[in-house]
Amino acid sequence: MDNSNMTITIDGQPVAAEPGMTILEAALAAGIYIPNLCHHPDLKPVGICRLCMVELDGRGLTLSCMTPVAEGMDVRTESPDIDKVRRVATELLIANHYPDCLACAKNDRCELQRIAAYVGVDQKGLERLRRTERRFEVDRSNPFFDYDPNQCVLCGICVRTCDEIVGVNALDYAFRGFQTVVSTFGNRPIAESTCVSCGECVVRCPVGALVPKDMPRPSREVKTICPYCGVGCSLYLGVRGRRVVSVRGDRESPVNQGRLCVKGRFGYEFVNHPERLTAPLVKRNGRFVEVSWDEALGVVAERLQGYRGDQFAAMASAKCTNEENYVIQKFVRRVMGTNNVDHCARLCHAPSVTGLVQSFGSGAMTYSIGEIQDAASIFAIGTNTTSAHPVLALEIKRAVRRGAQLIVANPKEIDLVRHACLFLQHRPGSDVALMMGMMRVIVDEGLEDKAFVAERCENFEAFRESLSAFGLDFVETTTGVPREKIVQAARIYATRKPGAIFYSMGITQHTHGTDNVLATSNLALLTGNVGRTSSGVNPLRGQNNVQGACDMGALPNVYPGYQKVSDPDVQAKFERAWDGPLSPNPGLALTEMFDAIDQGRLKALYLMGENPALSEADANHAREALEKLEFFVSQDIFLTESNRMAHVVLPAASFAEKDGTFTNTERRVQRVRRAIEPPGQAQPDWWIICQLARRMDVGGFDFSHPSEIMDEIARLTPSYGGISYNRLENGGLQWPCPSADHPGTRYLHAQRFNTPSGKGRFVPLQYRPPAEEVEPQYPLVLTTDRSLYHFHTSTMTRRVEGLEKLDGRELLRIHPDDAQRLGIADGDRVQVRSRRGRIEVQAQVTEICRPGVVSLTFHFWEAPTNVLTHAALDPVAKIPETKVCAVAVEKA
Amino acid sequence: MEDTRRLEAVFASFEGRQDELIAILQRVQAEFGYLPSEAMRRIARFVGVPESSVYAVATFYTQFRFTPIGRNHIMVCRGTSCHVRGAPRILEVLEKQLGIREGETTPDREYSLETVACIGACGLSPCIMVNKRVEARMSPRKVAQRFGKAAQGERT
Ligand code: SF4
Ligand code: SF4
Ligand code: SF4
Ligand code: FES
Ligand code: FES
Repeated sequence: MDNSNMTITIDGQPVAAEPGMTILEAALAAGIYIPNLCHHPDLKPVGICRLCMVELDGRGLTLSCMTPVAEGMDVRTESPDIDKVRRVATELLIANHYPDCLACAKNDRCELQRIAAYVGVDQKGLERLRRTERRFEVDRSNPFFDYDPNQCVLCGICVRTCDEIVGVNALDYAFRGFQTVVSTFGNRPIAESTCVSCGECVVRCPVGALVPKDMPRPSREVKTICPYCGVGCSLYLGVRGRRVVSVRGDRESPVNQGRLCVKGRFGYEFVNHPERLTAPLVKRNGRFVEVSWDEALGVVAERLQGYRGDQFAAMASAKCTNEENYVIQKFVRRVMGTNNVDHCARLCHAPSVTGLVQSFGSGAMTYSIGEIQDAASIFAIGTNTTSAHPVLALEIKRAVRRGAQLIVANPKEIDLVRHACLFLQHRPGSDVALMMGMMRVIVDEGLEDKAFVAERCENFEAFRESLSAFGLDFVETTTGVPREKIVQAARIYATRKPGAIFYSMGITQHTHGTDNVLATSNLALLTGNVGRTSSGVNPLRGQNNVQGACDMGALPNVYPGYQKVSDPDVQAKFERAWDGPLSPNPGLALTEMFDAIDQGRLKALYLMGENPALSEADANHAREALEKLEFFVSQDIFLTESNRMAHVVLPAASFAEKDGTFTNTERRVQRVRRAIEPPGQAQPDWWIICQLARRMDVGGFDFSHPSEIMDEIARLTPSYGGISYNRLENGGLQWPCPSADHPGTRYLHAQRFNTPSGKGRFVPLQYRPPAEEVEPQYPLVLTTDRSLYHFHTSTMTRRVEGLEKLDGRELLRIHPDDAQRLGIADGDRVQVRSRRGRIEVQAQVTEICRPGVVSLTFHFWEAPTNVLTHAALDPVAKIPETKVCAVAVEKA
Repeated sequence: MEDTRRLEAVFASFEGRQDELIAILQRVQAEFGYLPSEAMRRIARFVGVPESSVYAVATFYTQFRFTPIGRNHIMVCRGTSCHVRGAPRILEVLEKQLGIREGETTPDREYSLETVACIGACGLSPCIMVNKRVEARMSPRKVAQRFGKAAQGERT
C-alpha cells in the first residue's frame, strides 16, 4: 500500500496529509486554522488546553493535536458542541489572565488574543469566572528575559521545550489545582535555577508570560552566522536604524534548526558598544592619537617595507572570515616574503591537524551535525560540550533521547554526565592510557571490526603490539578509573554502531596532544566507526571560523587547502597564480613567535583580531615579548590587553558589518552578511590588508568585494573548488566541494582515506605523563575550561551586560576534600601559584572536580589564568599544555 | 556532612529507581521533618530525574513541606464554616504579622504557618490550632494582638 500520501476531509474540503501527521498538523499545513494553544511543531503533543477540539466522522469530539490522520477521515471544525467546549476553555483562560493587553510586550503577536478573537468571548461572563487570587511577583532575575506567572496560560510549552529540546529541565509545573504554576526548583528566581538562559522557552511561549527584557521591533532582518563558536548557527540580525536590536534563529538552517544558545541569541550588544574603535590610532610619545586612514596606512606601509622576510610575522584570526584569512596569508607570503603566519588554532586544534592527517589524511570533523541524532553510541572525551558548543550538545542529547548510549570521559563531572550511561572521571593527562586500555579490551575480546581493519587500514600489527603495555592494572592506576568501567565503555562503543567520537581541548591541549588525537582515530579505525554516516571522529572546533582559517592556509607550513609550502610543485603553482617569488621554508608557529621575538629574530608583528596577552600559555612571557617588538600593528574591534602595546591600531568591522564566509566545525562554508555600517571609520579586515598591499606596490589585491576573493580561493584550493557566493544562498556547502556541480560532502573517507595509500593508518602509542607533575610544593593539578557565558578572552562577551551579570568573575573550582585540608571555605579569596606566576580568585567548593584537581577558565583579565599555565609544547603540533600544570592554593 | 550521612542512610534502603521517588520523599521528610532543598537535589541525582521534577512531584502532594516546623506551629482552618466567618482575613493578618506565607517558617524558626481542612470545631469557628491546641472564635484583631506582640516581643 502506498501510504506516502493520503487525503482527509476537513469541513468538506479534501486535504492532503502525510502519515504520522496529526489532524491539527494537516489542517495547519493546508492553511486551515484550528484554535490551539499547547501545540508546538517542535514538541510532542500533550493535549492539555482542549482548544483544538474537532468532530470526527460525525461521531464525537476529539483533540485534533492528539489524533493521527487516517485515510478518508471526515473532520469538522465547527459545531455547537465544539463551540461550547472551546468557549468555556477560552473564557476560563482569559478570566484568569493578566488583563492589560496594550501594556503587554506580546500584544498583537499573542496566541491567546488570536483565539479569543476567533472564538468570540462574552466580556460580561468573564467577571464571574475571575478568581480572586493573589498575584504572583514577576521574576526579573534573568538579565535577558522576564517571567510573569500572571500571564501564564499553563500550556507547558516552556516546560517541554526545556526538557525535550534543551535537556536542562529548569522548569516544571509545581503545586496542584488552582495553585498550579510553572516554576523552577524550589520556586527560586530563574537566575538561581539550572536555567542556561538559552531563551528557547521564551521564543516559544505563546503569550506574554516569558518575554525578552526589551523587544524593539526591527525594521529589517539580515541572515548571517553567529560570531561565537564553531557550531556556526545561522541567525537573523534585526536592524533598526544603524543598530542591531534583535536576533532570531534560522529555522531553515540544517545546522541549528532555529535553536541558539545564550551567546548567539543575546550576545550581540558588543557590536553597538561605545568602546568600539572608530578611527586609526598611531602611538606618539607613548599615547594613541587618532589619524586618518591615509596617514595610518602610510605609516604602516613605510615601516613594513623595512621588515621584509623572516623578521616579520602575522597572527591571523579564527574570528575573521575566510576571505580575510586568505588575504592576510597571501599578504604575508607574497608581499612580506615569509611563511610566518599562524593563528590561535595553534592553541586549540593543531594536534587535530597533525594527528588526524596521519591517520585519516584530513584534520577535519569526519561527519555532520545532522547525523549525530542517529548515532547508537557516543564517546565524548575532553569536551564540555554544553558550555563550549551548546547547540551541538543539543544534538547529542537528542541522540540520547533516541536511544544512543553516551559515555563521557572527563576529569570534571560536567553537565553532559547527567545524560550519560557511563562516566569515566580520569586524571587530567591520562587520556592515552584510558583509550589504549579500551582498545586493549576490544582486541582481547575480539570486538574489533576485522573486515574493516583488514580492508581499509594499515599498520595494525605494530599498533597491536603497542597495546601490550596497557594492561588493565596499569590503566586503572594511571587513569584512576575502575577497570569495570573501562571494560564497559569498550564494549558499548565497539558493539553499538554507528559510534561517534567527540573531543575538544581536553584532548588537544597537552604536550602529548597529538598522541591523544591518534588514540581517538585508532579507536575509530579499530571498530570500523569512520567513513560511515553518524560515526567518525569529531574534533569540535572552538572559534566560529577556526576551521576556515586553517583551510585558508593561515598556518606556517601550508597554503590554502593544506598544500605544503615545502612542495616545489605547489610553490610553483602559487608563484604563478600570485605572480611573484615565494619562500619554500615553513614559517614559525604562533607559540614559537614569542621566543623568536625574545631572541631578536622577529622584529615586526601584524596582529589581526587576536589577544595573545591573555590566551597564550605562560602569558607573562608573551606580554614581555610583545613589548620588545620594533614595530607592532594590530587591527581589532576593541583595544585589548595585547594591542595596547602596539604602535598602530587599525579599527576593524565586526561580523555584523561585513560580507564574507565562515566555515563551521562540520566543514560547512556559510555566508556572513553585512547588516549595518561599521562605526566611524572602521573597515573590514580584508579591505585594510588590500589597501596596505597596494601601497606596498604589489599586485593581486584589487578586490572590490569578498566574493571576488572567494573566486580566487576556489581557483587555488581543490576542496573549495566548487564554492562561490551564488551557491551559498541556502544553508552553505560542506567541503570537499571540488566542482561547481558537486553537492558538497556530508561525511569523509567513505571510499578511501586521504592518506597516500588510501588506507586508514594505525599509529602505535606509548603513555607519556604530562610535562609538569605535582610535587610537594605544587600539590594540585590545575586544568582550564570554559564558561557557557563567555568566549575565549571575552573581548566581546564581557561587553554584553547580561552575560557579565550571569557570570562576572573567575572562580577556582576545588573539591570539598582539598578545600577542607587547606582550610578554604566556599567563597573565600584564594591565591593560586604555579612556577610561573600567581593570581588571586574566589574559590567555589564543588564536587564536580576530582580530589587533587582544581580548575579555572581564562576569560577574565583581572585573574589572568594563563600566567600560571605551562608553555611546554607538543613536539609535533607545537601546542602548549594549557590543560595540566601543577599549582599550590592557599587562602589569600 | 551530618545531613549527608542521614540522607545516605535513607538511600541505603532504596535502589534509586524513579518509581521510588515518593517513598523516598516520605522517608526523608520523616527523617528531617521537612524536605530540605539540598536533600531534594540529592534525591534528584539518586533517582536520576531533574531537580525541577522532584519539586513538581513534592509540591503536588500536600503531605510534603519545604520548611522546618517552627516551635509554634499555627494551622488556620479553611473549612467551610471558618471560611465563611472570615478565615481568609485571619490568614492574611497572620501572614502579615509573621512576615511569612502559608507553608513557610520564620527565619528564627519560632513560627510556622499552614492551613488545614475542617478541624471539627465548627461551632467555635473561625478557629486556628497552635501546637495542636484549638483556639476558638478568632478575629483578625485577636490574632493581631496574640501574634503581633508575641512575635515582636520574642524578636527584640
Ligand atoms: S510561561 Fe508561556 S510557555 Fe510556559 S506554560 Fe506559561 S504560557 Fe506556556
Ligand atoms: S532559557 Fe533555556 S534553559 Fe532557561 S528555562 Fe528557558 S529553555 Fe530552559
Ligand atoms: S552554539 Fe555556538 S554558533 Fe550556535 S549560537 Fe551558540 S555560540 Fe553561536
Ligand atoms: S492544542 Fe490540542 S489540546 Fe492544546
Ligand atoms: S470549618 Fe473550621 S472547624 Fe470546621
